[in-house]
Amino acid sequence: MPHAFLLQYFFPGLIYGSIYAAVAIGFNIIYNATGIINFAQGEFAMLGGMIASTLAGLLPLWLAVAAAVALTAMSGVAVERVFLRRIARGGVLKMIVTTIGLSILIREAALLAWGESVRTLPFFSGNEVSSVSFLGANFSPQVFWVAGATALIVAGLTAFFKFTLTGKAMRGCSADRDGASLCGIDPDRMVAMAFGMSAGIGALAGCVVAPLTQTHYAIGATLAIKGFTVAAFGGLGNSGAAVIAGLALGMLESYSTILIPEAYKDAVAICVLLVVLFAKPTGLFGSRAASLKEF
Amino acid sequence: MRTGTVAKIAALCALGLSFISSSYAADTIKIGAIFGITGPAAYLGAPEDKTARMVVDDINKSGGILGRQVQLIVKDSGASAEKAISFAKQLVDEENVVAIIGPTTSGESMAIKDICQSAGVPLISCASAETITTPVAKYVFKVPPKDNYIAEWIYRTMNAMGISKIGVIAANTGFGNGGKAQLEKYASKYGITIAVSEVYDADATDLTALLTKVNAAGVQAVVNWSIEPAQSIVAKNMAQLKMKAQLFQSHGFANIKYVEAAGEAADGIIFPCSRLVVASELPDSNPQKKLLMKYNADYKALYNEDASTFGGHAYDALTILKAAIESAKSTDADKIAAALEGIKGFSGTAGVFNFSAADHNGLAMDSVVMVTVKKGKFTLYQGK
Repeated sequence: MPHAFLLQYFFPGLIYGSIYAAVAIGFNIIYNATGIINFAQGEFAMLGGMIASTLAGLLPLWLAVAAAVALTAMSGVAVERVFLRRIARGGVLKMIVTTIGLSILIREAALLAWGESVRTLPFFSGNEVSSVSFLGANFSPQVFWVAGATALIVAGLTAFFKFTLTGKAMRGCSADRDGASLCGIDPDRMVAMAFGMSAGIGALAGCVVAPLTQTHYAIGATLAIKGFTVAAFGGLGNSGAAVIAGLALGMLESYSTILIPEAYKDAVAICVLLVVLFAKPTGLFGSRAASLKEF
Repeated sequence: MRTGTVAKIAALCALGLSFISSSYAADTIKIGAIFGITGPAAYLGAPEDKTARMVVDDINKSGGILGRQVQLIVKDSGASAEKAISFAKQLVDEENVVAIIGPTTSGESMAIKDICQSAGVPLISCASAETITTPVAKYVFKVPPKDNYIAEWIYRTMNAMGISKIGVIAANTGFGNGGKAQLEKYASKYGITIAVSEVYDADATDLTALLTKVNAAGVQAVVNWSIEPAQSIVAKNMAQLKMKAQLFQSHGFANIKYVEAAGEAADGIIFPCSRLVVASELPDSNPQKKLLMKYNADYKALYNEDASTFGGHAYDALTILKAAIESAKSTDADKIAAALEGIKGFSGTAGVFNFSAADHNGLAMDSVVMVTVKKGKFTLYQGK
């Protein structure tokens, strides 16, 4: 049954794609607000999963996840307030280097707090051996949660930026910081909010995939690289494009294992990214105006 | 240019430090240890580190070796071969250690084999690849069972179960590739056909895509050979794919934490390893039983977690080194190496060691037993 065989690859692709997209959206929100790439983005996903796995022993699972998202969002705001606003004021390059330093700091702090061991979250529905069948393909019910969370993030962000005053103010701030400031919008508050949102989104993504992929203190760096790849692949600053690019990359990685050993799937992804960026440096859906505006 | 300057300053500092420390170090025995305490091999390296500290404390409390106190210098390589190399050089050139135990992984062990061999510092590796001690190098020994034993035990069990067509998946590391090569080498001897044989990234977090390919080949069993958290993921993914094939793991699975991470999916996994994890099930006549029970109890009392075969490797490496130094009555490298080759009938956690000039591992095929997981616990595999 070759159709079931081909369909089977769709589900891992969906899982990879969703997490890449969520991390890429986090990159984009901060990029739009500040013009920087926040290389500590992957660490937020790590923090989300680790905090939730710790709290899951004490609280009901949904509450543990909600608390993990809230705590990580708060740490995102704190990171911006404490480090980026004071230390790295003035200079995009300085801020980017600061985020790289921060990612190492958060990683080492997590190593001290949680140790080196691998943690998992309980499956949101069912357990390790639960499986759903669909047209001959089998997959964990957790896939629904992963895809659902990504859909929720995209829908929530779209509504937020389109219909709420704060969302509009954030967009205004990213279009013209000085102009927005003159209209009475506080850009510092918007930047702090961007960090909080992007940390919260990262944490949610980290929680929903944790039952499937497991989590430990060092997963952040790989996620940040993949997320950045996807953000650049779709076009920096464009969150809708990040979802399409994320899913495309996830599917590509999954289906490439039919022909190429699993160990080389990262190489496949990077090669495609290079080709896209040579052919269209602004990414699949990016415009020249939006790309690397501060560099 | 700049790194050159830094290196010179570092060398000067080291020189200064060695003057300071040499006066007090004169009557201690310095033993170096390189373990992957953090990073992907943490479930191996962390128990090795904890065990080594425990054993050295015990040795020092009971009078040391040759009446001298032991100073253990532990380095965390994070399972990186590059770091293992620089730590090995540091231990050899700056700390002037008597011997090195570890590294944790096969890749690291192969990377520092030549350093120890050319510096004439005995190395007792805690990794399992056969190539570490084959061909034999004068100063290089190892204490875990060879990976060819593991491969042959898996195949023997398959023969008994009537399994003939299998898929092999392995982490793309020294350990994974070593095991995969042994499985491929011995397959025909046991009449096994390997339908798919593939490596995956050591950091892999999902293997459903790879397992889909393996499943499509219609295999009766899957052998996974790795030490990374991927071991638990393979078990979960196979359950989610509703695969009927029997899952075999390598001896890299012998830490109960992998079972905890895989949850219910771990039940029924079969893997070969030494008797440590099933010590309580052994008959009292077994020569290792007393030692294994004591080590398990001491470790649990001190660290409040179950012992693993990996911690056992550090235990074996240190106790064997102690025996060799005592029988050599010297810390001279050549005399220690000769004494190591003379160790016979030594009961360790991994089995009974009989070293010789031709065998720097000293373990026989019967040091390995088949173990399975039942309701989240390791138990001896009794056949179907």
